[in-house]
Amino acid sequence: MIELKEVTKEYAKGIAALNGVSLKIEQGEFVFIVGDSGSGKSTLIRLLLKELEPTSGKITVMGKDLGKLKHKAIPYYRRKMGVVFQDFRLLQDRNVYENIAFALRVTETPTRVLKKKVPAALSLVGLAQKYKSNPKELSGGEQQRVAIARAIVNEPSILLCDEPTGNLDPVNSWEIMKLLDEANQRGTTVVVVTHNHEIVEAMKKRVITMQKGNIVSDTKKAVRKS
Amino acid sequence: MRISTIRYTVKQGLRNIARNKMFSIASVATMAACIFLFGVFYSIITNFQYLVDKAEESVAIVVFLDEDITKKQKENIEKKLSKREEVLEVKYISADEAWEEFQKDYFGENSDAAEGFDVNPLEHSDNFEVYMKSVEKQAELVEYAEGLEGVRKVNKSELVADALTSVNMLIAYVSGAIILILLAVAIFLINNTVNMGITIRKEEIAIMKYIGAKDSFVRAPFVLEGVIIGVVGAAIPLVLLYFAYEKAINYILTKFTIFSTILNVDFLPASEVYKTLLPVGLLLGVGIGFVGSFFTIKKHLKA
Repeated sequence: MIELKEVTKEYAKGIAALNGVSLKIEQGEFVFIVGDSGSGKSTLIRLLLKELEPTSGKITVMGKDLGKLKHKAIPYYRRKMGVVFQDFRLLQDRNVYENIAFALRVTETPTRVLKKKVPAALSLVGLAQKYKSNPKELSGGEQQRVAIARAIVNEPSILLCDEPTGNLDPVNSWEIMKLLDEANQRGTTVVVVTHNHEIVEAMKKRVITMQKGNIVSDTKKAVRKS
Repeated sequence: MRISTIRYTVKQGLRNIARNKMFSIASVATMAACIFLFGVFYSIITNFQYLVDKAEESVAIVVFLDEDITKKQKENIEKKLSKREEVLEVKYISADEAWEEFQKDYFGENSDAAEGFDVNPLEHSDNFEVYMKSVEKQAELVEYAEGLEGVRKVNKSELVADALTSVNMLIAYVSGAIILILLAVAIFLINNTVNMGITIRKEEIAIMKYIGAKDSFVRAPFVLEGVIIGVVGAAIPLVLLYFAYEKAINYILTKFTIFSTILNVDFLPASEVYKTLLPVGLLLGVGIGFVGSFFTIKKHLKA
């Protein structure tokens, strides 16, 4: 599903955010990527979104070599991925319903389909009653649930989450993790970048640890070795 | 593109305008100022051109005919001259008319002085006065007329023709330069205001791109917004200028009577100026709005 081969990303000459990283994530996996600030976690997410180009190496996602993906094909590639950010990134001038509908509008989904899918996604995240609310009227946890609904409404193959609980209290963090786990149960591959060790330990999923642009441990490999 | 997408684009474009009121007002004001200046210069230049054209039309060459010319030859000359593209009007002046004109010009009120002439001294001076659309081709026409059978001589006014041709060229260069400068200023200002508006919405554009919006989907509402601002920004000064123009012409003609009495000058009516100014002004507004927004947003669609 996701494969990185010797991927290096240098922002400035000689300073590598990723240093020859190789990694494989299978379809349907739930993977945590942990590490300190500057370890290269967010760079990895941005490379997978094709927001950045690697300095060297090869990235293959859903069978597509991202190096060969043309600018025009990027939107279609991104539509197969859901993205969740730490700061939610909701469109502040639109209500909850419109924020989720927006993900369907960009794919030119017919209105009649949109009218079914948006309430269904809202129900999945438990916000069916708040569809008219403005993002500013919601708590942090609720805003992140809207962001998750927007990310899953297109039924993506991969869900990329960059510090999804970074701005949330422990109760809301667990709520969000539960939603991500449910998405994974439905067959979506989930990649979560996080600092939250408590959640990582409790969830008992595959954990990749990064340090200074390198993968220093991967529980999947550790399991295999043992 | 689906109808729902078109509807969404239109709705979003209008919402963008309403949401960013200050930016929209600034853009409309910038556009209006540019189109207003353009309109003012266009009106001045068009009127100037109109006056020069009228002056050109009053310049004629005089084609004198052979003494023994036949009626058929005369008709033939008139026909040939009238057919020329640069010719506006061919007027036959008989010997009597030529003598009357001469008396008017040279004796004025002392008509008694002409009474000593028993016979018309200009008996063989019947001629054709040939008026041209543009004096630029005077030399060519003179050469042609001189070559016609039955033509004795052709009188021309080279000095006036040359002066008018030079003025014409000067108007063309000056108006071209002014319009180019105004266009460049307009595009620069619109580009800046649109850039400012897009910078405010940079985050929104980034979100759209993450979700998988195509460039055209992100761009369409912004371009529509630019075009609407362009149309409104052009329509307002064009309407204002229409009424201001009529008032200005009336003011000039009443305040400076020298124009209408001594110089016998009149100006183009607003409806005549607007035959070109209205479509060109609106097209400029739409074009600048489109180009300004299209290229400014392009920079933000790279990622």
